[in-house]
Amino acid sequence: MRRGIAATALVAAMALAATACGGDDGGSGDKKSGGHLSGTVTYWDTSNDAEKGTYKELALGFEKKHPDVKVNYVNVPFGDALAKFKNAAGSGGSGAPDVLRTEVAWTQDLANIGYLAPLDGTPALADQSDYLPKALAGAKFKGKTYAVPQVIDTLGLFYNKKMLKDAGVQPPKDWTELKAAAKKIKEKTGKTGLYLRGDDAYWYLPFIYGEGGDLLDTGAKKVTIDDEPGIKAFAAARDLVTSKAAETDATDGWDNMQNAIKNGDVAMTINGPWAIEDTLAGKAFKDKSNLGVVPVPAGSKGRGAPQGGQNLTVYAGSKNLDASYAFAQYMSSAEVQAKTTEKLSLLPTRTSVYSNKTVAANPNVKFFKAAVDKAVERPWIPEGNSLFQAILVQFPGVLAGKTSPEKAANAVGDAYRKLLKGDWK
Amino acid sequence: MAVDTSRPLDPAAGARGARGRGGRVRKAGTPPPRRIRNALARHWYAWAMVAPVVLVIGLIIGYPLVRGVYLSLTDANEANVERTIGINHIPATYQTVGLDNFRAILEDQVFWDRLGWTVTWTVSCVALTFAIGLGLAVLLNRRFAGRTLYRSLLILPWAVPAFVSVFAWRLLYNEKNGILNKVLHGGGIDAVPWLNDPTMAKVSVIAVNIWLGVPFMLVALLGGLQSIPGELYEAAEMDGASPRQRFRHITLPGLRSVSSTVILLSTIWTFNMFPVIFLLTRGGPGDSTEILVTYAYRLSFVNSPRDFAGASAWGVLILLILMLFAVIYRRSLRKQGEVW
Repeated sequence: MRRGIAATALVAAMALAATACGGDDGGSGDKKSGGHLSGTVTYWDTSNDAEKGTYKELALGFEKKHPDVKVNYVNVPFGDALAKFKNAAGSGGSGAPDVLRTEVAWTQDLANIGYLAPLDGTPALADQSDYLPKALAGAKFKGKTYAVPQVIDTLGLFYNKKMLKDAGVQPPKDWTELKAAAKKIKEKTGKTGLYLRGDDAYWYLPFIYGEGGDLLDTGAKKVTIDDEPGIKAFAAARDLVTSKAAETDATDGWDNMQNAIKNGDVAMTINGPWAIEDTLAGKAFKDKSNLGVVPVPAGSKGRGAPQGGQNLTVYAGSKNLDASYAFAQYMSSAEVQAKTTEKLSLLPTRTSVYSNKTVAANPNVKFFKAAVDKAVERPWIPEGNSLFQAILVQFPGVLAGKTSPEKAANAVGDAYRKLLKGDWK
Repeated sequence: MAVDTSRPLDPAAGARGARGRGGRVRKAGTPPPRRIRNALARHWYAWAMVAPVVLVIGLIIGYPLVRGVYLSLTDANEANVERTIGINHIPATYQTVGLDNFRAILEDQVFWDRLGWTVTWTVSCVALTFAIGLGLAVLLNRRFAGRTLYRSLLILPWAVPAFVSVFAWRLLYNEKNGILNKVLHGGGIDAVPWLNDPTMAKVSVIAVNIWLGVPFMLVALLGGLQSIPGELYEAAEMDGASPRQRFRHITLPGLRSVSSTVILLSTIWTFNMFPVIFLLTRGGPGDSTEILVTYAYRLSFVNSPRDFAGASAWGVLILLILMLFAVIYRRSLRKQGEVW
C-alpha cells in the first residue's frame, strides 16, 4: 500500500513536471477567445547600424498593443541573414525566428524551399489593396503571397552639392556627363568623382538597364546578360574606373564607399534610401541640405535602376503563428511606415502613407518615390538572389581592366544556364 | 637482433602467439564467433573503455562521412530533401544519379583552375611556414637573455582565435584606410592594392596564413631540436664540422620524424584552410584566391536552392585528393627508412 502511494505520487509529480515543461516554452501562444495574443515573437531585423535603433524601438512598440506578447528583437547583419536563417530553419527550426525581414529577392527562394507561411487570408495581409502593386508583386510566388512589403527602394545618384558647385558642374544625367564632371572635379578639387562599388553585383544593374538589357528574359526563359546590352554594360562600368572618373574596391566596398562620401573624398556615389541616414552622419554633410539625390545616370538607351526593398515573412515552423501574423502586420502598418520615413527617409510601401504630411514633405521620399515608380522589377524567381554571384566573380576583373567585357558577359551567361534548371536558353 | 632472426622462421606462430598467448594456434580452425566471444571475454574491459570513443567517433565522423558519400551520388538539394517545417511537410523527391556529379565537376574548367591555385597556395604556405618556423626554432634553441619572452611572443598568433587575427589583418590590408598603406605612404610609397589586385591578394592571403602557421611549426620543431643529444654536436665540432655541416648532417636528420609529421599535418590543414581565405577576401577579387573548399562552399551554399549533392561531391573529391597525397607521402618517407 505504501509503495502504491509512493508510485502514484511519483507519477503525479512526473506528469506535473512534464506539463510544466510543455506549457512554459513561451511560444505556445494559443489564441484565446476574443483574439487575445500571447507568447513570444522572435524578430530578425536586417537593418543597418544607422537604422537599427529606430527599428528596435518600433518592434518593441508591439508589446504596448499586445501586453502579453514579448517581442524578442534580434539584429542580424544583412549579409549573413539568409544563410543564417536557412541553417536554422532547415535543421528542424531550432533557433529560427518567427518573423524575418527579407530582402525582396530572398522571398521566392525561401518560399520555394517551403520555409515560409503563405499569408493570403491571414491578418498579416488584411489590407492588401493599400500596397503599391510593384511592392506586392515582389512578395508573390506561384500565385500565393508569402510576404508583407515593408519598405521599397531603388538606386539613385547621391552627390555632394558643395563639391559639384565648386567644380562648376551640374549633377550628371548620363555616364558621359558623369565622366566629364569627374574630370572637372579632379581638376578643381583634386578629389575623385564617383565611388562605384566593385564588390556587389547590385551596382551593375543600372548599367545593364541603361543599355536597354536585363539579366534574364523570364517570359521567354532566356538568359540575356550575354547579349549586346550586357557586354556594353560591363564596358561602360569599366570605362568609368579605367578613366579614373570612378574609384572602386574588390573588398570592403560598403565601408570604403561610405567613408569616402562622408569624409568628402568623393563627390558622388550610387546608393539607395537605406544609406541616407548613414551618409548624413558624415562630416561632409553637417549641413544636411548638402546631400543631393538625382536619378542614376542613363546609359545609351535610357535610364534604369533596380527595384529593391524589404519584406516581412513569417517562418512556417513558427510556434506562434497568430502573434507572428499580427506582428508582421504591425511592422508594415501605416503608422510604423510613417515613422521609418520620418526618421530614416525610407520609402513606404503603402499608398495611404504617401499622403501623410511629414512623408509628403520629405525631399528624399519625393525623389525616390518617382524613381521607384520607374524602377525595373527584378526577376521574381527562386534563383533571383543567386544571379548576383556569377556577376560578382567577373565584376572586379572587368573594373580593373583585366577581363574583357565580352568574356565577362559570356562567363556570367554560362553560369546562369548552369544555375537555372529547366528549359532555359 | 634476436627478434630479427627469429621472425622469418615462424611468422605465423609469432603473430598469433603475440595476440593469443600460446595454445591459440591449435584453435585456428574454430569458427570466428567463438574467437570473438573469447576475445570479448578476455578483454571486455578494454572493449568497454574503447566503446564510448568508437560510438562518438562513429556518430560525429562516420555517419556524416557515409551520408556525404551517399548524397554525392544523388541530386539532393535544399528543395527536395525531406523535412517538416511547422505547417509544411516536404517529402523527399531526390534520386540517385550515379557519378553524374563527379563527371560534371571534372569536366568543368573551374575545378582545374581552382585545383592549380590550391596546390600553389598549399606548397608555398607549407614551405615558407616550415622554413621560417625552423629558422626561429634554431634561433630560440640557443641560450640568450629574454629567451622565454621571445618564445611566448612568437606563440601569440596561435593564442588568438584565427578569425580575430584574420579580421585584424583585413583592417591592416584595407587599401584606403589600412595601417599598412598609411605606413607606406609615410615612406613616400604609393598605396598597394593588397586585396584588390589578384596577384597581391594571393600574396596577402599566403602571408596571413604563414603568420598564423609559424607558431605551430616553431613549437613542434623546438621540441624536436631539444631531443637531439648535445653530444652529437660536440663530437662534430671536435671533428671540425662547420656550422652549416652540423645543421645539415645533425639537425635536419635529427628533426626528420618531427618535420615529416608537421609537414603532413600542415599540408592537410592548409589545403582546407577555409577561414583565412573566406574571411580575408571571400575568394576575391573575382575568384582569384578561391581554393577548393571555399569554392565548394560558394557553389553549394551561396546559390539557391543549396546544392547538397554537388557540395558532397566536391567534399568527396577533396578527401580523395588528400588521401592520395597522404599515401604518396608515406610511401616516400618509407623509402627513406622512416617507419610511420
